[in-house]
Amino acid sequence: MIDRAAALEIVKASLQEVFVQTGMPAPDSVTEETVLVGKDAVLDSLGVVSLIVEVEQRVESEHDVSVTLANDKAMSARNSPFRTVGVLTDHVVAMVAEESAA
Amino acid sequence: MTDKPVMLVTGSRKGIGRFLVEHYLAKGYLVEGCSRGESDLKDPGYTHHSVDVAEERSVRSMIASITKRHGRIDVVLNNAAIASMNHILLTPAASANRMLQVNVTGTMLVCRDAAKVMIRRRYGRIVNFTTIVAPIALAGEAIYAASKSAVVTFTRILAFELGQWGITCNSFGATPIMTDMIRGVPQDKIDAVVNNLAIKRLGTHADCANVCDFFINPGSDNITGQVIYLGGVT
Repeated sequence: MIDRAAALEIVKASLQEVFVQTGMPAPDSVTEETVLVGKDAVLDSLGVVSLIVEVEQRVESEHDVSVTLANDKAMSARNSPFRTVGVLTDHVVAMVAEESAA
Repeated sequence: MTDKPVMLVTGSRKGIGRFLVEHYLAKGYLVEGCSRGESDLKDPGYTHHSVDVAEERSVRSMIASITKRHGRIDVVLNNAAIASMNHILLTPAASANRMLQVNVTGTMLVCRDAAKVMIRRRYGRIVNFTTIVAPIALAGEAIYAASKSAVVTFTRILAFELGQWGITCNSFGATPIMTDMIRGVPQDKIDAVVNNLAIKRLGTHADCANVCDFFINPGSDNITGQVIYLGGVT
């Protein structure tokens, strides 16, 4: 299991890492409303791929749980679970809970 | 993180996979291998995983285990495959689906999860095994050949998707080699294939190692999206 605050920290730290790696400009501040996908997104499509991989790797190394965030359910959802920092955080919490229960 | 390079060989219990495991152990690699069954190979540098590469969760667990112990994956040799020589009019759908699951989806799953680890170090070498029976359009191997054609196309595109992270992806197609996979193929069929090659002999395990050595050499960092067939097949 992972609590939401820890998941949020992972998402934010991963996002900062992606900004550094890709050289994309970071916004002045990152909040739960920061948009990751679509209009007004702070990342391009490859940036989103990098972010998802970075979050997965941090969850695995810091919480010893291996998750695939881009699973069938996520990729077919009407509303993307990668839409914003807050929505992605909720998705991480849900995926870790699902994996822990398996 | 270990200082030694870490390699994953799928289908490592016997045949070409087993040979490659021993070849790269001798070269100083830490080698992780997998197959559906257990391995009798005992070596301090080798760890075996009983994994069906077509099962997503099992592949993920295997990669997580490697990452946890070694912190890195440098090379993946995707050798695991199944074949079933049969006329298409006598091929059950279940047999076709299983070949596609292992040969195509299995290759994809291992590449995907290993690449996520390779990305961290901005380095990786992936070699996916195909076969000459695809380009020579060998009758009786329609589904197997189709699955291996898919592997070649998959690998070419993978090269473009992963190149930005220093990961090269290439395919390698061997000529017939005397392994369990072709032991059930009639000798006259094998002879006919060999007689149409530029180099008229069966392939060897050493032939496979030679091509892998080339692809995974750190100096081959500008060799990606390629396919090499043995015996003069193009």
